Amino acid sequence: MVWRQAKWDEPLIFELNNSGATRQGFLINKDDEIRSEIKEMKIPKNLLRETGPDLPSLSELEIVRHFVRLSQMSFGVDNGIMPLGSCTMKYNPKIEEKATAITESHHPLEDEDNVQGILEMIYELQNWFSEITGMDECSLQVPAGSAGEFAGVLMIKKYHEEHNRNYKDTMLVADTAHGTNPASAAMAGYKVIYVKSNGEGLIDMDILREIVNDKTAGFMLTNPNTLGLFEENILEISKIIHSANAILYYDGANLNGVLGIVRPGDMGFDIVHLNLHKTFAVPHGGGGPGAGAICAKGELVNYLPYPMVEKVNGKYKLSKIPKNSIGKIATFYGNVGNLARSFVYLLGLGPQGVQMVGKMSTLATNYLIAKLRDVKELELIAPNRHRKHEVVFSVKQLMENYGVSANDVAKALLDSGFYAPTIYFPPIVEEALMIEPTETETKETLDMFAEALKKIVENAKRNPEQLLKSPTNTSVSRLDQAYANHPSTITPTYRVLRLRRLGKINYLK
Amino acid sequence: MYKHPWLPNLDLIDEMLKEIGVKSLDELFNDIPAEIKINKLLNVAKTKPLSEYEIEKEINEKVKKNVELEAPPFIGAGICPHYIPNVVKFIISRSEFYTSYTPYQPEISQGLLQALFEYQSLMAELLEMDVVNASMYDWGSALAEAVLMANRINGKRTVLVPENANPFHKEVLRTWIQGKGIKIEEVKYDKNSGEVDIEDLDKKSNNDDISAIYIQQPNFFGIFESNIEHIIDTAKHKRALSIVGVNPLSLGLIKPPGSYEADIAVGDGQELGLPLNFGGPLMGLFAVRWDMSLVRQMPGRIVGITKDVNDKTGFTLILQTREQFIKREKATSNITTNEALLAIANAIYLSLLGKEGIRELAEEIYFRSHYASKKLTEIDNVSMAFRSDFFEEFVIKFPIEYDKISNKLKERRLQGGLKLSDYTSLFCVTEVHDKKSIDLLVSTIQEVINGVEAS
Repeated sequence: MVWRQAKWDEPLIFELNNSGATRQGFLINKDDEIRSEIKEMKIPKNLLRETGPDLPSLSELEIVRHFVRLSQMSFGVDNGIMPLGSCTMKYNPKIEEKATAITESHHPLEDEDNVQGILEMIYELQNWFSEITGMDECSLQVPAGSAGEFAGVLMIKKYHEEHNRNYKDTMLVADTAHGTNPASAAMAGYKVIYVKSNGEGLIDMDILREIVNDKTAGFMLTNPNTLGLFEENILEISKIIHSANAILYYDGANLNGVLGIVRPGDMGFDIVHLNLHKTFAVPHGGGGPGAGAICAKGELVNYLPYPMVEKVNGKYKLSKIPKNSIGKIATFYGNVGNLARSFVYLLGLGPQGVQMVGKMSTLATNYLIAKLRDVKELELIAPNRHRKHEVVFSVKQLMENYGVSANDVAKALLDSGFYAPTIYFPPIVEEALMIEPTETETKETLDMFAEALKKIVENAKRNPEQLLKSPTNTSVSRLDQAYANHPSTITPTYRVLRLRRLGKINYLK
Repeated sequence: MYKHPWLPNLDLIDEMLKEIGVKSLDELFNDIPAEIKINKLLNVAKTKPLSEYEIEKEINEKVKKNVELEAPPFIGAGICPHYIPNVVKFIISRSEFYTSYTPYQPEISQGLLQALFEYQSLMAELLEMDVVNASMYDWGSALAEAVLMANRINGKRTVLVPENANPFHKEVLRTWIQGKGIKIEEVKYDKNSGEVDIEDLDKKSNNDDISAIYIQQPNFFGIFESNIEHIIDTAKHKRALSIVGVNPLSLGLIKPPGSYEADIAVGDGQELGLPLNFGGPLMGLFAVRWDMSLVRQMPGRIVGITKDVNDKTGFTLILQTREQFIKREKATSNITTNEALLAIANAIYLSLLGKEGIRELAEEIYFRSHYASKKLTEIDNVSMAFRSDFFEEFVIKFPIEYDKISNKLKERRLQGGLKLSDYTSLFCVTEVHDKKSIDLLVSTIQEVINGVEAS
């Protein structure tokens, strides 16, 4: 069964009502008694807006139809498999929506006595995530994984400063790392040094030993790594890093493949961030909101972002401020509404289910690899190693022999009714296709996906010109990226489009 | 474990292992050193997987442990309660939006991209600024990213921040800039008007190291800054960036930051169709002027218009070469997850309001908050803390300790304002506070004050 996308010629919302009629999507509740008592506004004249904002004028139904049509030109996990490597697009159980009742109508500054249910939930989650990661304590104050990562790096920085080790100015990052690692390190003011991987796709231990020195503040690593491989020398890596008084940081983006099997804390990591929208099934909403956790052990718990929830005389309080806390990452307490979704997800899994997530996602990945092992154009680094959450194929041969790139393969997959894998990542693999099936897809779906990929490889060899035209089943065909980004045509808003048509703006300079 | 609704292949393990060519699931984990494998169940959740029925019961237990208030909370300080039309939740619950990912494959995500482009465009009209990104986490982090951006652009290291800007945002700012050695210098406010002290601003901006000047409009006390244009000009003269923090709803009444040529606008879209959510997720808005040096350094994702090979209009992420997956440590920000779904909620809400609605709503909020302040200050010895005009929030000075008042309000299941000092509190009143609930707030406070006076 091939999924087909709607192809509406849907105008921009600004261009919907061309009748000139004045319409409004909802009525404001006005209180006449109050108005008769407060007769006039005293806003200083120089501040008054002269003309109202140029918003559209539409009825409720027009708006509903517009956005429903737009939704029909979009693709989510509920439409089909989204095998985006390192993004963990698993199914989001629908019961999670009920959980929003816990948080939805409560203000973050309400009296603590009035929100004991919310605080109890946060407290329980803090403990569960500590247990899952093998850390001593967790703060849920970070609104996403990358924010957790930034918090982690700031913790490392402050920890060294408090120990008079200001000379530690470099952060090590694996060459297979997510782009957020070096970006977070740089935001905290660190110099970034990449650690190369060896021919087996693992950290090159000789290079690591050579690079680590007194200036090393920490090492940001994910395990399993972005190639889906488990860094089997992790205990040795931990020893090397710790012997330099540096911190071993765990990027939790890839935790799904080992969830319930092994804990970062037991591997020797000191700080861990979690992406709750990945491993813990918060829906990703087209890019967010997500949610995160940042966990630490030993002395480093003193540096976690505040506030955390503690239990004092049977009452939950938001009063916990770690003594060397780096501060607050988000304005209030993190994305609590999404914490509630993960809370429900964990209740549904139970300890037995948590243990099975890592096993079943790893099973799915290796099953998919087995299904594709006869396709010689899908090359693997270290083909004899088992993968965990994901696998990275290189389609270099298709590119060299037939001019078909990883991007072309991805577009052809869209035509087959699937979402595409992550492409061109990690950068150490040429023409990379990074596939993460997750534990929630059925064997039948994996079979269909493998078949589709096989067929695309065959077509690439037989009729590459045809393949370069894909996608054709989607609501638009291949898009012009140069036009989108050129200073004379770049259009980030309707306002720019309008002003350009009027000749009021030209180049973006 | 042999069946679970979210794990479909439990019954097919042997079959799948056979295809792989291994004998057991454990074999797939042979590369993990034995001494670190956990060979026990983790102590999480309940002792077994719960059925959906049981999960619902657990949710209800938590809900019951919270107190349902008599009226919407009279507290703001950054986010405020508002009515949310049903269309908003209905649309953002559509699976195709709700369960989608960052649109890396634009051809199959046109609807999502167009919706985000429309968010950017609607917000651009409201702010009168040309470039808006597809969202940040919240106001505090948006402000922090703006300050980091100013530092990247001009290399200077002092940022002027008024004392009357939101303290929660300032806490976030302090955290985010600590690695870069950026200093915050606080500008005083006038104790009578509640507005920024212009003399102090002029004095403190007389320094060549000013990277940016931040101003909040209306400020933390809900007060309109009437000298905002002077402040923006000061930034311009000092070759510093001007950053304005806005309450987007107030822009139904007052001049938007684009009209006085602010460089960067930040704020929170929470007031445009999002529930309180105990403070998260919120929706950080971030906009800049039409200027390449600003746009190139802007953090976050941006959607733009393009065309496909058949010349059909389409949408795609633009300027991605600024981002972390290409630029790595030289990226404008580490942000990958944003608040895209909530940006769509903002777009729907703004479309529903339309040009007239936003003015009507802003007026209604203005009137109701002024009604509440009028009634409160009719109580003996209760007064406004500041003289200048305000929107949505206001500071009240009481003749008795605010704790006594807040305890009584709590007894009546009302949530009063945010305590700012022993005798002052910041209240928030919007269109969800009807006359009856405002009157109840006022009469309860009057009772406490009279009671205390009588005793």
